[in-house]
Parts: sequence; structure tokens; C-alpha cells
Amino acid sequence: MPEQTFRLNGEQVTVDIGDDVRLLWVLRDVLGVTGPKYGCGINVCKACTSHLNGRAVNPCAIPVGELTPTDEVTTIEGLADTVSADLHPMQQAWIDQDVAQCGYCQPGQIMAAVAVVRRAAEEGREVTDADLDGIRNICRCGTYVRIREAIRAGAENM
Amino acid sequence: MPGADRPAPPSSGSPALGRRRFLGYVLAAPTLVTAAELAPAEPARAESAAADIPSADVTELVDLNDVMSAAALPTSGLITVQVHTDETVSFALPRAEVGQGITTSTAMLIAEEMDVPLANVRVTLADARPELVFNQLTGGSNTTIATYTPVRVAAAVARGRLLEAAAVALDSAVTELTIRAGVITGRAGRSTTVGALAEKAAALRTQRVSTALKQSDRFTVIGTPQGRIDALDAVTGRKKFTMDLDVPGAAPTMVCRPPTINGRVGSVANADEVRAMPGVTDVVAITTGVAVRARTFGQCIDAVRALRVSWKPGSAEGKSDETVRRELAAAELPLGLPPLTPSVEGRFTFHFRSNSALETNCAIADVRSDRAEVWSSLKAPIVAKEAIAARLGLPLGAVTVHVTEGGGSFGRKLFFDAALEAVEVSRKTGKPVKLMWHRADDSRQGRTHPMATSRVRIAHVGDTVLSYKQRHTSVATDLGHGFGEILTAMAARLPVADLGFSETFFQLSQSMPYDFGVSSRLLNETDKGFNTGSMRNVYSPDVTCARELMIDKLASKTGKDPYRFRRDSLKDERSRAVLEKVAEVGRWGRVMPDGTAQGIAFHSEYHSASAVLVEIDCRPGTVGRPVRDGVTGPRVTKVVLAVDAGLTVNPRGLEAQMMGCAMDGIALALTSSLHLRDGYFLEASWDNYFYTRQWNTPPELDIVIMPDTTGKPGGAGELGVAASMAAVACAYGRATGTMPTTFPVNHGTLSFEPKPTTPPVPQSPTDGLDHAY
Repeated sequence: MPEQTFRLNGEQVTVDIGDDVRLLWVLRDVLGVTGPKYGCGINVCKACTSHLNGRAVNPCAIPVGELTPTDEVTTIEGLADTVSADLHPMQQAWIDQDVAQCGYCQPGQIMAAVAVVRRAAEEGREVTDADLDGIRNICRCGTYVRIREAIRAGAENM
Repeated sequence: MPGADRPAPPSSGSPALGRRRFLGYVLAAPTLVTAAELAPAEPARAESAAADIPSADVTELVDLNDVMSAAALPTSGLITVQVHTDETVSFALPRAEVGQGITTSTAMLIAEEMDVPLANVRVTLADARPELVFNQLTGGSNTTIATYTPVRVAAAVARGRLLEAAAVALDSAVTELTIRAGVITGRAGRSTTVGALAEKAAALRTQRVSTALKQSDRFTVIGTPQGRIDALDAVTGRKKFTMDLDVPGAAPTMVCRPPTINGRVGSVANADEVRAMPGVTDVVAITTGVAVRARTFGQCIDAVRALRVSWKPGSAEGKSDETVRRELAAAELPLGLPPLTPSVEGRFTFHFRSNSALETNCAIADVRSDRAEVWSSLKAPIVAKEAIAARLGLPLGAVTVHVTEGGGSFGRKLFFDAALEAVEVSRKTGKPVKLMWHRADDSRQGRTHPMATSRVRIAHVGDTVLSYKQRHTSVATDLGHGFGEILTAMAARLPVADLGFSETFFQLSQSMPYDFGVSSRLLNETDKGFNTGSMRNVYSPDVTCARELMIDKLASKTGKDPYRFRRDSLKDERSRAVLEKVAEVGRWGRVMPDGTAQGIAFHSEYHSASAVLVEIDCRPGTVGRPVRDGVTGPRVTKVVLAVDAGLTVNPRGLEAQMMGCAMDGIALALTSSLHLRDGYFLEASWDNYFYTRQWNTPPELDIVIMPDTTGKPGGAGELGVAASMAAVACAYGRATGTMPTTFPVNHGTLSFEPKPTTPPVPQSPTDGLDHAY
């Protein structure tokens, strides 16, 4: 069986599984990293949003064989470590705004939010309403307004 | 009561003057455990309501919450508060937490009554407890109404026992003690803690004791805005949902499902071939399809797609929106002869909608020859446990059902479809399984809010309404999750005893808040061939939407302002207050550009009242704004929602619920529906079923919680959906100049390319790296 190796939340990991198995299942079913959630498996709902080398991606749409040994996968579990704190500023903003309802989509929402803020910062601008409108992550509890407020608040501290 | 001695008589201390006493228990245990009966400690409200209101409207005599509370009276199951030596207090809530915030509000009740820090209260979800009989059902926005007093009684008994133990430890009289943030201070400033007393306050034998509750003017926790107690877990990925649990040996399992609703397995052509695929351990036919068990869900998807199954017809074969529309028309009850006075009349169609949560149907099951253990988010766990035991032929006591945290419900988790499948697969394979529905399955074969029509006739003379008739006709709603048992059991005691089961539910959940003379509402159901169920707020969004649109129509015809007409017609003060509040905060009547408008609507239920004012932008530039694979359409630019849910335990949680209700209302009015063709629903993805997304979210949202005038909690988890949907519909009608009659308004336009039905689930894409941002 092929051996897959990549970096996950700061550690080198190796798993024996086929090239075509999507990263989401490698994380959840093989490695037991359950922060990224299943909501559709077709890169629509965005509940599994995580970071690959600092960019938001959806592991349900990435065959694990496409990762190289130096690729760094960050899930919600590893987000705080990227800023060497107990909580990333976006996670703190999420708590401050009491964003989560059922919480199922929230790991994906937070990972998307961090990427949206980083993208705006790289383009030398503030997060806009258009940026927020463009976030595709579904929240079936409908906590969208608090998500928007938390992203703006979290951006202040990033 | 486990291990109970004969209950001792109520303790003989003289009750505090003028303070009502409640009975609770101290249970024999190593550390302090107190309890109360999970039954309302107050007389059923029906009596007082009936005395106050001389109307014959059944919902004013008794509403669904009274029925649910009354049905619980004979139960003897106890709920227990446990004090631990590590300063924490724990409580296993016999309800399902699915996002509505009841673990937080319950922790607040305990923290309030015991004067311990909120952070020290741990609330978990109780396993299915059949001894609670009807009292472990999460629905009808009933949780806080039913548990508000019993939880506080158990906590108050604990506080009393701790103070008694502290008096000994601190050599003080109980009256000299103060308890604050879990620290008990006595004479000369000596202090001890709740944790230090946990063992000393424990009872050797179970006793019944009486207690008083903290009076509301001394509340320091109840009524204050609090963040969710699981917020940290939610934002760090530590919160565990069913599919996140590590149950030894439970491997991913999915079901290959039929191409039409409830189709049946005929034969499987290539089971051995699929069994040999990478990671696959088992392939077995079950009642609902062909199950595959594998090392990963990705390999399950591969296997499901590879299976070659011949299928038998389903329960809705050949049906479409159009055939169901004809069935509904044929089943409609007559409105009667046209009135002799002027009238307005309207007919509205509400299409099938999905109550799918973001977490798809799922369950873990480990079935052995003599026992079974199940993990799932269940709102009716006792019924689930009974059904599972029956399905497996096991005694009830051999089945353990754990209620897990749910990733949303919206009514979906009243049923336990995945749990039944999981035990069937586990038994057939002899192995533990972690069974999950694919999104496509959850949308196409999962339960729906049934398609319905609603006809309304309002007879009037000038602006005086003489009569109001509404005839609601619906594809049958499956209420077979045990909710109905309550109604059936109670029906003989209600003034609706001669009505059918769904009709009883309908009558109890609907009311006429306006002074509209002779009012009648009837439900007729047809066609049980669909997988249906209650969806958040059940009948109310459609019924209220139809009613509120007709009120706008009547106001327009008689030259009255829609807001003033409603305000002048509402029967009671709480109702008028919420309506006036949204008109004031939302600046009702302000001048707006052509193509945009305000809408206003009202709804009351669950002993609570809500009003919503929205502003909508239907101008072409807005409607046509581009979004990839989504529906934009008219944008609700502002929502003002006022809610009077009586005594509010956690205003921050209530605001969250109302926000969600508003998002649901927007979706129901404008974008979200299922399209039925050839016996199946076309929607198989969140980019097919258009629930509100960020691009539909109102940029302005203002939620106003009204001051409490009742002293009692009302229900609220679903309350805001109906008025939100209705207000959006009214605003849409006023902005476009045409009253909408079909919902959602975009149903006539199919905004996506339907996915194939064979294979039943789509393959995961492989281009994820191309979309990094």
C-alpha cells in the first residue's frame, strides 16, 4: 500500500493508504483528527476548510497523494499554534461574539475567516462586505451575522 | 429512584414566610446528589388561561406546551444535580442539545440557584431513560418551559444541604452563612467551599426535602447575557459530534440508496467485487439499501458508486410537484359559500423543503448477540430505544442509547433513521459501525417539510373583520416520533378530542392573535408516501405567511396602513408591544426607493410573541448580482425582530435563536425548496438547496428582547421563523407590487443542474488544490 507523508499541525505524519483517498478521510478516519467536518464531500459546504501551507483549502477535494512531504496541513486543532498562543485571535473573537450555535460548521468557518483576512491584508486592504458575502461556508443554524462581526473583530488582532 | 429508601416526610423546618415551597430529594451517594421530579411544579397553565380568556379559541385554553407539560405529570423520573470534590457541579440533561443553547441555559439555572460559578457547572446529555416516559422529548420549544422549575429545585436542595454541612464545618448557624461563587463564608470570616463539602453534605439514605427557590429580584445569572458553555470546545475543534467519537472497531459505513424515494433493493449484481475494493470490509443489503463498511468514508463512497443494484419502485413513484399539487387541490376542504359581505381571498402554495442539518443523519452502533449500544443525537431517545429494541428483538434493558451533541436539528433529529440502519448493519455484519448519510442522501431521501397549500378568506365590512377562515392542506407530516403519543394520550382531556392526530397538533400549535370575529382554521392531510417530519416551527411559517399576506391585502383594499391595521386588531398587550417595538426601531413607513420596501408581520406561539420588520431590495441590480453556483435574488437588507419570550434565561442565547429564525424565514420565503420530479427530489447538494448564505444575509439585524411581564419562561427556539418568513413575503409583495402566492418565490426557476441518481452519490472532486485562497 502506498505510503503518504506530509506535515500535520507541525508534525510529520505518515499513513498507509491509497493515493486517491481524499485528505478529509485521512485526517478523520485514519489519523483521528476530527476538527474538519464532513458536510457534503464535494467542496460545497466548506465545513472541512483547513489550511495548506497557510492557504484555505477543502480536504474533501484533495487526493492525499497530491501532498508532498513538506506540505504543511493545518486544521482547526493546529491553528492556535501558528500564532504560539492558546487561541488564535479569530478563535478568541468567535468566543467573544458567542458565534457558535451547534458548532458543527465552526471549525471550517474560522479557518475560512483567517484566510479571508490574510488575503485582504496581503492585498493591503481591510476586509469588505464583498469579502464577507463571498464566504461560501454554510451555517444551517444561521449565525451569519455574528460570523461577520467576529471576522471584523478578529481581523483587528491578527 | 435508584437505591432509594422510603422517602422521609418533608423536612419540618418552618417555611419562609410567603415563599412557595417545592419538594426535592437528597439521594444516597458518596458525594452530594440532589434531585427533583421532572414535572411542572406549577399548576397547568390551562386553568389560569381559561379563567382569563373567555374566547373559544382552543390555543387560548391550552397550547401544545401545556399538553406536553400536563402529559408529563404522572412521571416519576428524577433529574439529579451532583456536587463533586473538584468544585464542579454536574447535571445530565434529559434533552438533546442541537445548537439551541439549552446546556448553557440549564447551567445558568444551576449556577443561579447554588451561587456557584457558571464555569463550574458541567451539563451533559442523559442517555435514553425510559422511566422518564414522555419527558425526554426535545421539541415544541418546550425545554425551558418544562425544566425551569425542576432544575432549580434540585439545585436549591443542594444549596440547602451544602449550607447545613457548612454550618457544622464552620461552627456557624446556617443563617450566618453567605455563599458566593462557590465559597461559603461563616462567622469571623472563616470559609469553606462547595467542593470541600461535597462529601460531608452527602446523604446516607435518600430523603425527601422541601425547599424554597431564589426570588427573581435576587437573580444575578438568570437574565444576564452569557456565552455558550461549549464555546471553547466549538472553536478549537474539541467539541465531539457523533462521527467524531472513537468507538473501538466502529468503521465508516454508508448506504447505497435507491434512485427514487423509498425504493427497495431488488438484487445486487457485484457484491463480491465491491467487497474486494480497497478498504472495504463488508457489503450487506438492508431495509433501505445496500450498506458498505470500509476503513474510510472515502472508500465507502467509492464502493457505493461501484455497486450495481437493481431497485424496486419507491413510495412516490412517478410523482412530481405538479401531481402533488393536484392531490392537494383534490384534498382541500371547502371554504364554504361566499360571504354576503365584501371579502378578500387568497390561495398559497408552499413547496417541499428539507430540514437537513449540516451534520447529516448518522449513528454509531455496536450490536452483540445479547445487547446493543448506540450513539446518536436524538430528540426522542426513549422512542428510539424502544424502536431499536423491537427491531433487534432485545429486551429494552439490553439496549443502551447515548444521546450525543447534535450538529443542528431543525426537526430532523426527532427521528432516528440512521440509528435504525446502524443497528441493522451492525447485526448483519457482526461488527460495530459508524454509519453516516451522504449529503446527497440526506437531501434526497431525508425527511422533508411537506408541500402544502393554504387558503384564506377574510370577510369584512369596511375595516372591521367579521370572520377569518383558513384551510391548510398538506402532504402528511410524520409525527410518529412519540410526540404524537403525548397528544393521543392527552386528547381525551382536550376540547379537540374529536379531531384526528395531526389536526390536533395543528389546532394546538396555531392561534388567532387578531380580533377577527369568527375564526376557523382546519388542516387536511393527504399522501403518506413521503419521508416527512416536523421542521422548525412546523406548520406555523406557512400558515402565518398566508395569514399575514392576506392582512396586507385587506389593509391595502381598505386603505389602512399594514402596521396600524395589525396593531389595532391584535388582541393583547404583549402582542401589540412587540409590533410597536419593531415599527419604532425599524422606522416603519420611512420613505424608500422604488423596488425596495418594508414588510411587517406578527406571530405568537409557545406562550411567546414575536414581530418582525424587514426591508427588502428587489431592484434588478440587486436581484441579478452574480454568485457562482448560488441564488442571489432579492436581498433582505434589514431585519428588526422583537421577541417576548417571557422570562428570558439567557438573552444572548435567545438573540442567537432569533437570528437563526430570521435566516430560516428568509430562506423559506425566497430561496429554499426541493423540486420533485419522477419520484425523487432533484436537490443533492447545498449548492442545489439554497438555504440562506452569506450573500443573502441581511447587513443589518436588530433583535430586541422585550422586558418580561410574565415571570415565566416561554418557548423560543422556533418562535421567530414564522414572522420572519411572513415579513419577508409581505415586503416582497410591497416592493414588487405583486403579492407572492408560491413559496419560495424562486421555485419556478431551477437554478442548478441536477446530479444523477445512479450512482446515488457524487464522487468527491480532485481539484481542491486549485481553489486554495
